[in-house]
Amino acid sequence: MIRSRAWLPTPVFSLLLLFVWLLLARSVSPGNIVLGGALAILIPLLTHRFWDSRPRIKKPLKLLRFVLRVLGDIITANFEVAYLIANPWRKLNPHFIEYPLILEDRFTITLLASTISLTPGTVSANLRMDGKSLLIHALNANDEEALIKQIRERYERPLKEIYEC
Amino acid sequence: MSFWVEALISLLLIAGGLFVFVGSLGMAHLRDFYMRLHGPTKATTLGIGCMLSASMAYFWSVDGTPDIQELLITLFLFITAPVSAHLLAKTGLHMRLKHIDKTQGKPFELRPEEVGKKPVPHPDKGHG
Repeated sequence: MIRSRAWLPTPVFSLLLLFVWLLLARSVSPGNIVLGGALAILIPLLTHRFWDSRPRIKKPLKLLRFVLRVLGDIITANFEVAYLIANPWRKLNPHFIEYPLILEDRFTITLLASTISLTPGTVSANLRMDGKSLLIHALNANDEEALIKQIRERYERPLKEIYEC
Repeated sequence: MSFWVEALISLLLIAGGLFVFVGSLGMAHLRDFYMRLHGPTKATTLGIGCMLSASMAYFWSVDGTPDIQELLITLFLFITAPVSAHLLAKTGLHMRLKHIDKTQGKPFELRPEEVGKKPVPHPDKGHG
């Protein structure tokens, strides 16, 4: 493990930046490595003060499963939402739901909120200032309890297991 | 380019176009601000994903080497789309935009500390 230093606050992120730069440039010529390396050092230096510290991934395999599940859900979500929008006879029941969070860390809450926004018929609208609940707008939901339960079991518990337990 | 590759690419392009179209349709004709948000955040991610896969498949079959730049674009889109949707929804709440009457659930009101005139202190303790 590379340790963080004053001039390199987030080594893993720097490596990732360099990697993405080389992918975008589509070459591994020395010039690109130097340029990408310089950016990979400069960007974290300029921006790391804005960031929360990220929790460690405790169960990478579960994370992989979670990502795959979310990707699958995104695809079904797209079909569902497309159907809801394109069918003019369908009655929509929009719903504001206050979702009580069991996650505590700000980074994991962000992940959950993004997941909710990307998946079936829900957009996360507001995180309460105390960080205890998330306001969700659902495009078509009749059963509030069922939706909360679904999000809890499908996304929040895995995230909690991956990062916090 | 073989027939099947060409068929696959055209299929992806058409599907992508359809999804993006439906997303924009949702943005144009749903009833209130919060419902309109759903179209562009979801239908477009898959639509653009389809188009980028088509581009990837095309250049793979033309150049002969796979290229994952397009995947990066999809990745960036997945990172940024929910954040902008969240910000838009939040702005809507702060500006008290109307929602249609049959919207259920009334946790709609922002609490006083979330609206207040003074800038709200950052709840973050211990970081940075």
